[in-house]
Amino acid sequence: MTARAWRPREDRIGKFFTRLCGGALAVNLLLAIGLLGLIGFHGTAYFWPKGVAEVELVSGDVLIGEVHGWEEVPADRAATPGERRMRLKIGNRDLYGLDFRWVSESEVARVGYPADIVLLERLEWGNFYGRPVELHPSGVGAVDLRAGLAALHAEKIEQREQIEDFESGPLADVNYELEDLRLEERRIRLDAEEGAEPDSDRLAAVARLKATASKEYELLAAQLFDRRRELSRGSVRMQAADGQHKSIAVGDIVRILQPNEMGLFASVGLYVSRVWEFVSGDPRESNTEGGIFPAIFGTVMMVFLMSFAVAPLGVLAALYLREYAREGPVVRAVRIAVNNLAGVPSIVFGVFGLGFFVYLIGGTIDQVFYPEALPTPTYGTGGILWASLTLALLTVPVVIVAAEEGLAAVPRIVREGSLALGATKFETICKVVLPAAAPGILTGMILAMARAAGEVAPLMIVGMVKLAPSLPIDGRFPYVHLERKFMHLGFHVYDVGFQSPNVEAAQPLVFATALLLVGVVVAMNLVAIVVRNRLRRAYATSAV
Amino acid sequence: MAGAVVPSRVVLEVADLSLWYGTSRALSQVSLEIPEKQVTAFIGPSGCGKSTLLRCFNRLNDLIDEVRIEGDILHEGESIYRPEVDVNSLRKRVGMVFQKSNPFPKSIYENVAYGCRIHGIKKKVDLDDIVEKSLTSAALWTEVKDRLHASALGLSGGQQQRLCIARAIAIEPEVMLLDEPCSALDPVATAKIEDLIHQLKESYTIVIVTHNMQQAARVSDQTAFMYLGELIETGDTRDIFTTPKNRQTEDYITGRFG
Repeated sequence: MTARAWRPREDRIGKFFTRLCGGALAVNLLLAIGLLGLIGFHGTAYFWPKGVAEVELVSGDVLIGEVHGWEEVPADRAATPGERRMRLKIGNRDLYGLDFRWVSESEVARVGYPADIVLLERLEWGNFYGRPVELHPSGVGAVDLRAGLAALHAEKIEQREQIEDFESGPLADVNYELEDLRLEERRIRLDAEEGAEPDSDRLAAVARLKATASKEYELLAAQLFDRRRELSRGSVRMQAADGQHKSIAVGDIVRILQPNEMGLFASVGLYVSRVWEFVSGDPRESNTEGGIFPAIFGTVMMVFLMSFAVAPLGVLAALYLREYAREGPVVRAVRIAVNNLAGVPSIVFGVFGLGFFVYLIGGTIDQVFYPEALPTPTYGTGGILWASLTLALLTVPVVIVAAEEGLAAVPRIVREGSLALGATKFETICKVVLPAAAPGILTGMILAMARAAGEVAPLMIVGMVKLAPSLPIDGRFPYVHLERKFMHLGFHVYDVGFQSPNVEAAQPLVFATALLLVGVVVAMNLVAIVVRNRLRRAYATSAV
Repeated sequence: MAGAVVPSRVVLEVADLSLWYGTSRALSQVSLEIPEKQVTAFIGPSGCGKSTLLRCFNRLNDLIDEVRIEGDILHEGESIYRPEVDVNSLRKRVGMVFQKSNPFPKSIYENVAYGCRIHGIKKKVDLDDIVEKSLTSAALWTEVKDRLHASALGLSGGQQQRLCIARAIAIEPEVMLLDEPCSALDPVATAKIEDLIHQLKESYTIVIVTHNMQQAARVSDQTAFMYLGELIETGDTRDIFTTPKNRQTEDYITGRFG
């Protein structure tokens, strides 16, 4: 007999498996970090002011613009192998037609960053790079061109704000009044019996009101015209890089900058101001410039509406499945069906939403409640309400599954404790089971909200638009306009990135918008998680 | 059926009760009387049907599908299994404390007030009063009076069980069913609960299921020994433990099986 030393068995497969699991997790983490890092970097760097280069070419031409990156020239076009070229944002779209231009290394004679280059951010036509030549009217600018321009610009900004207030204030009021009166008139005509004459007294009253309102409108419109003309007075003549002169109305300028002489402090100030404009402003130039506030607002509001719809629907369904329905083949079939519903492609829900909510329910509402507005649909077209309800259908399986699990986790003995005290089943569910299951239900809500916030496809056919004229909430009765179309960050990313006339200029906006979408989802989830943790502390299940 | 030492009114009467879970029979033809304001203990090995019988008194077995019952239980002479009986008001009169403490995930105060609120007491003054009285009766008041609004789940196991007793007392039942109330507790907590049972029998009729024969001997006036779903012997606790009439009872009590 040979003595065999006992050795610990080497668990090679186990070790390998552990590493495999760890590796898979690491890859996932890396992907997530890489994704967020890329979006975060590009999204935040966009707002930082870049220096404006003056590039003298070998040919003698001069270009002015921001350097937006370098890359290798495609081999078939390169003068020497491995030659690099820069992407120069030359702006001045009204002069050159294009915002960007490639410049090969071999073409460049000299690059400088002269301090006197001025960057004008304009309401239309994008950026202008050049040097101011003279102000018109010239009286102010004679002493110091820059100071004069700044003063005139400040004045124009004020005028522009006043015009905006005027448009959204008194002018909009009159417009609404006129629209109301038009609808009122139609309603009176519709109210009249078939063939009979409409109520002439009421018609006359409406007509009188309409006349007054029209007169007021004309008055205000004339005022607006004057103000606009006043705004357009005053321009600056700019010299572009190639020597062309261009006269630009100061009223059309958003910012006047001299990027090459800005210090760190000024740069930070500009950064904050640009970010603020992006987050709080309205979009312009077919969404490639300005802000995306309406899209943020639309996304958040839609998710909230969806939550209000999906929470009761999902929780009640789960309650029935878990607490009342007798376990059997039918319940099992329903449960499988609910789980499978979560796997239905979202566009199918969109089509269903269009057919059921928009056309059937919305169309019926229009015929019953808004006949005077027809053929213009009120609810019979896509809107934020229908979009939210469509998403509620899309996410209800998630909530049902999570709520069912939450309910199942409440120990039977706790329910019996309540029943043994003489509580009915309903009382037990309301007072003991639901509070104890609330954290689980909220987990489901968090998942549903995250899914809803990122969903784009179904919304494209039930009310999401690339540019909504007004927010779904405003100061006009009834304040919340659920029938209105809305903008959405997810769609905005798609629209700016792929449907924009100026894709290169809009590219950084895609990152910035994507970053904001992620930010909005994270923020909403954080709120829900905080609420859940509070509930968990309040209703912690027994630790015994 | 041996009479109790003190002649006492019968509160609950089990008449020829049989119970099936599906096809397996859990109780067979049990007949028994529960005297008022005394402690009746059910003893027997695991699975003998003690808890099942106990849960028949407040019809908690109704919750389980596929339960079939024959025979009857009379409460104050009337069947509790008549169709017109309101189960919830029956359960208000027949309270129960479970084997594992099951406080609700609420504050201590809300746990005790829960039953009262269910049964229509809404005024804060009344509730305060009931909560204090119930917790005092359950010998818990001094320990928790400063943290009535803290979560009940922060209490120790013994305290939680006493809280469950207080919760049951709060709705002033006539009968208290205790289903192995001390099985998850340490000896000190057990002693406290046993003291409590002694006090509570002044006002309540108590039925206790226990695995622990010493406990049955200590707390009960009447003992019923069950085996395989049958009631083997019942009688005055002292008689059962000193001079059991049945061979199986004697074997069980002396520890020869079970």
